[in-house]
Amino acid sequence: MATEQKEITDLVKRKYEHGFVTDIEQEFVPPGLDEDVIRLISQKKGEPEFMTEWRLKAYRHWLTMKEPDWAHVRFNPIDYQAISYYAAPKSQEDAPKSLDEVDPKLLETYDKLGIPLHERARLAGVAVDAVFDSVSVATTFKEKLAEAGVIFCSFSDAVKSHPELVRKYLGSVVPHRDNFYAALNSAVFSDGSFVYVPKGVRCPMELSTYFRINAANTGQFERTLIVADEGSHVSYLEGCTAPMRDENQLHAAVVELVALEGAEIKYSTVQNWYPGDEQGVGGIYNFVTKRGECRGANSKISWTQVETGSAITWKYPSCVLRGENSVGEFYSVAVANNYQQADTGTKMVHIGANTRSTIISKGISAGHGQNAYRGLVRVLPTARGARNYTQCDSLLLGDKCGAHTFPYIESRQRSARVEHEATTSKISEDQLFYCRQRGLSEEDAVNMIVNGFCREVFKELPMEFAVEAQNLMNVTLEGAVG
Amino acid sequence: MLTIENLHVSVEEREILKGLDLSVNAGEVHAIMGPNGSGKSTLAQVLAGKDNYNVTQGRVLYRGEDLLEMEPEERARRGVFLAFQYPTEIPGVNNAYLLKAALNARREADGEQPVDAFEFMRLIRSRMELMNISKEFLNRSVNEGFSGGEKKRNEILQMLVLEPSLAILDETDSGLDVDALKIVAAGVNSLRSADRAMVLVTHYERLLELIVPDHVHVLSDGRIVKSGDHELARELDARGYDWVQQEAASA
Repeated sequence: MATEQKEITDLVKRKYEHGFVTDIEQEFVPPGLDEDVIRLISQKKGEPEFMTEWRLKAYRHWLTMKEPDWAHVRFNPIDYQAISYYAAPKSQEDAPKSLDEVDPKLLETYDKLGIPLHERARLAGVAVDAVFDSVSVATTFKEKLAEAGVIFCSFSDAVKSHPELVRKYLGSVVPHRDNFYAALNSAVFSDGSFVYVPKGVRCPMELSTYFRINAANTGQFERTLIVADEGSHVSYLEGCTAPMRDENQLHAAVVELVALEGAEIKYSTVQNWYPGDEQGVGGIYNFVTKRGECRGANSKISWTQVETGSAITWKYPSCVLRGENSVGEFYSVAVANNYQQADTGTKMVHIGANTRSTIISKGISAGHGQNAYRGLVRVLPTARGARNYTQCDSLLLGDKCGAHTFPYIESRQRSARVEHEATTSKISEDQLFYCRQRGLSEEDAVNMIVNGFCREVFKELPMEFAVEAQNLMNVTLEGAVG
Repeated sequence: MLTIENLHVSVEEREILKGLDLSVNAGEVHAIMGPNGSGKSTLAQVLAGKDNYNVTQGRVLYRGEDLLEMEPEERARRGVFLAFQYPTEIPGVNNAYLLKAALNARREADGEQPVDAFEFMRLIRSRMELMNISKEFLNRSVNEGFSGGEKKRNEILQMLVLEPSLAILDETDSGLDVDALKIVAAGVNSLRSADRAMVLVTHYERLLELIVPDHVHVLSDGRIVKSGDHELARELDARGYDWVQQEAASA
């Protein structure tokens, strides 16, 4: 028994795998935020006037707002003047024209992260847009996608090369005054990805973005906009990591999805930001606004997220179901281990007739982790025959963690049907003993049971990422039971 | 194979086993019978390594080694198998996955290569047929939504695949109809061999008509009070347990 105790202690102390810092020359905008800083960011990025104005408008509105305090999370106040709002690898000054020109050290970083920028990417059939701190480093497969008419580029590029699309759709799903963090993002966002899939096109490959926060004292404020035109189809995956640092880092992203008539967008996230150490020191504050709008009839937006990282997660990927017969889905696995806090869920807003939504949420709490599901299902009077099904399961590992469920249901349409099911369970001694009696170690048994618990969500992930998610889960929970 | 000497076990301060002795050799099948509450299941659980059971006295040797010192998974990897009376449900984990993981844990301990999915299927096909288990069954979650009979057949399938040296079957016959009982017995009998020992914990004699034991023991109030051969089981079936208990009390 003594050796087992030791092993478990060792495992608990296991280090965050992606916690390395890349030693690379970086260019910063000094910490602090005012209109000059915003103009400077806009200027550095060579943005047209309308973007600068848009940012300033958002900034001025942000000044009038307060941080939301309704989430089931606790943290020390953030000093927004101590954050640097722009950090770029220095060699970016003369932007690379191709992968060969990208700083090899940067590519090494991506290698360590297992992001296949070169050949491996092609083999996997994944097009990657990698965002390192604030700047999009390289976008692979541009040409192959261009053949299909798909635009997949960094947000900065899109602002220059497709200003009409950006202007039309930016802020149309998440307006700059939507919430505190969205307003801040609108003012200072540095980069992100832009996707446009034209009418009737099925995107020939999975699109993928990898985010990494490298520099100290920086925030990452990326902005992603995906527009699927009529009858098109696209699947998009983002992955996230950050080095280990004692101070907390802010990540306030905005993702907007627009699905026009008959279009389908599948958006998957594997989020593994640094969660802080076992004492709860450091880690990423992940305050993210993600929303998709099914603007046209028969359109569909599906969110799948696996959230294993971050000190604090505040995130509600949502669907506005405007078009008739449109479909919204939300599949989520959220883990809170050690001192992590997660307040996450979704909003499904039914506006169009016969709109349908499905919510499957799996929350896992371990250590001192606090995990809250917060979900809103709103049915407007126009949404005749709307249907929602919500299933919300919590799994507790140990006796110091917590699981909380906050479902909000607002229905103003008599013909609507809204179902909510919730369960809370613990891994039972009997389950563990059964697996161990069959020869599995306790760790393997826990992993197997947890993965079984998450299966409904994992099966929604694109194949190559389902395995990654499973491994990530195992690493995250190692030593969680003892 | 297995030697139990003066075993005392308590659960939450209450003594359940009170000095149990038993010796099981390779090639033998032993039946442990006894009324409810006599400690049969406790014995099975203690041998498999379930915690919450305090061994206060005595020792258990498995192939000459101290069994009680080993973690449950170590016992399993060394060939100790318990067919559970109430197999646990594990939602979302498919049957085939658990079984393959169990088999590979055993093979790794024996220094063998793990089996891949293809080999695994080849290996279990005939055993599934024997247990009358369909292929779809493998993709269902472990024991979830299984009928009582399916659960027990699944336990025996696992046993057939893992080929233990010492198999302990805890009330495997309970809740089975005659047909299911025959299938289970055929599975168990197929595994009988000179280098393998089995301990059948049971309440009823009917299982023993199908799996004929070499030795029969009566467990009463935490001790083995009478041992014999198959005839003893038949006598118990006809006369009940009272006379054995009285005999033991007067001795």
